[in-house]
Amino acid sequence: MADPWSLYNEKVIEHFKNPRNVGEMENPDGVGRVGDPVCGDVMELYIKVKDGIVVDAKFKTFGCAAAIATSSMVTEMVKGKRVEEALKISNKAVVEALDGLPPAKVHCSVLAEDALKAAIENYLGNLKKK
Amino acid sequence: MRRIYLDHAATTPTRPEVVEAMLPYFTDAFGNPSSIYSYGQEARKAVEEARTKVAELIGARSEEIVFTSGGTEADNYALKGVAYANERKGNHIITTSIEHRAVLEVCRFLEGRGFKITYLPVDKYGLVAPGDVKRAIIGKTILISVMHANNEVGTIEPVEEIGKIAREAGVYFHTDAVQTVGHIPVNVDELRVDLLAISAHKFYGPKGVGALYVRKGTRLVSLMHGGGQEKKCRAGTENVPAIVGLSEALELAGQEMGKEAERLAYLRDKLIKGLMENIDHIRLNGHSKRRLPNNVNVNFDFVEGESLLLSLDLEGVCASTGSACGLASPEPSHVLLALGVPPEQAHGSLRFTLGRENTEADVERVLDVLPGIVARLRAMSPLSKSQK
Repeated sequence: MADPWSLYNEKVIEHFKNPRNVGEMENPDGVGRVGDPVCGDVMELYIKVKDGIVVDAKFKTFGCAAAIATSSMVTEMVKGKRVEEALKISNKAVVEALDGLPPAKVHCSVLAEDALKAAIENYLGNLKKK
Repeated sequence: MRRIYLDHAATTPTRPEVVEAMLPYFTDAFGNPSSIYSYGQEARKAVEEARTKVAELIGARSEEIVFTSGGTEADNYALKGVAYANERKGNHIITTSIEHRAVLEVCRFLEGRGFKITYLPVDKYGLVAPGDVKRAIIGKTILISVMHANNEVGTIEPVEEIGKIAREAGVYFHTDAVQTVGHIPVNVDELRVDLLAISAHKFYGPKGVGALYVRKGTRLVSLMHGGGQEKKCRAGTENVPAIVGLSEALELAGQEMGKEAERLAYLRDKLIKGLMENIDHIRLNGHSKRRLPNNVNVNFDFVEGESLLLSLDLEGVCASTGSACGLASPEPSHVLLALGVPPEQAHGSLRFTLGRENTEADVERVLDVLPGIVARLRAMSPLSKSQK
């Protein structure tokens, strides 16, 4: 059982220590940037889409451990999903996948959801332009 | 993994000698100091000896020391006590924007009850200008409260000069000396203060005990009413073991102060120099000279403080951040903002406060692990790329 006095559970710490899919992407199909350095967190999320499926996702994040762990988790969750399914990934689902976050840190998961939505919207917008 | 504790401004371990001195007052000498039989007399003697010792160590008279439950209570007592005892004289209080919350929150409380508060700015090093204090004094000013040294950035304020101004104007002067007592020389006459707050656990004493120095003749009302202890200033049975612990810890700190301050300042400067040499895009917060001997506060561009703190913790290094995303508040440190540090930089700050157990090897360990941690987090940060 998780130690109720520690700030983050083991899974969050694991994603913070070894975040998946960190980095920039060359020629992404969609980019989402949310947050504000003044508020202490900025997330940038990049996706690659092929035949309506998100085949790759990467991120760069400035923020606390929860912000980094949720970025890592959301990029894992979105890979392999159809675009319309990816749009349905909620911050709650990200928190659940991480086995929970301290209440004060739930806003970080909202940022992860927003970053993903922004990336997908950017992708859909690019499609229309083509 | 060996843990390295570098957060002595938050709290310190109680010294074994101090614990030893306290122990009899839990068991054999458990009496209530207000009782007149022998058990009571023993306890009374311990409390009064402790009071004399504390008074001597800060250049006060023993009747000017009131024991409290800690620094926060001492600050509350000083501010509310003076405010409510001098309401007829005036309702204006002067303080600074970088005080500890134990002062700032009391000021906000008083503001809601008809008092007017002036929050003085500080310069980029965290220094209050005595001239600003002088200009802020009006006919209705009843109290000036300026901390002796800041807990986050370690800047030592020109309290002597402000004390002089306060005295000339006939205004009471309080200083929160929680970060300085036991660490650098504190003498109430040299500082020209009327009130001074002390907390034992900041100098290797126990938690839950502190003191307020109250210069003879200072008018203030009590916050605690009851059995009339502490000359009716603070009712409640005295915390005898803790009071003994406070005085013991302060005495030991006084004996070792000069040497220890010199040792800590050396380690502090080594840490600052090492960080500056090994990590780019960083800045020292606070003053380079008027600084507590054990304080290092640095901000790192492009990374966030909690990530730094947690990464250090995973390496066994315990530091602190007054910055963002803290559980209590998502706002960056009010102190760094008052120094003019931009919020995005204030979010990326770390504070190391050295103490008795720390050695040169501890500093080297930080210098060993921190550059890698910063590099790793910067590689992850979307803010760093545009700056290169």
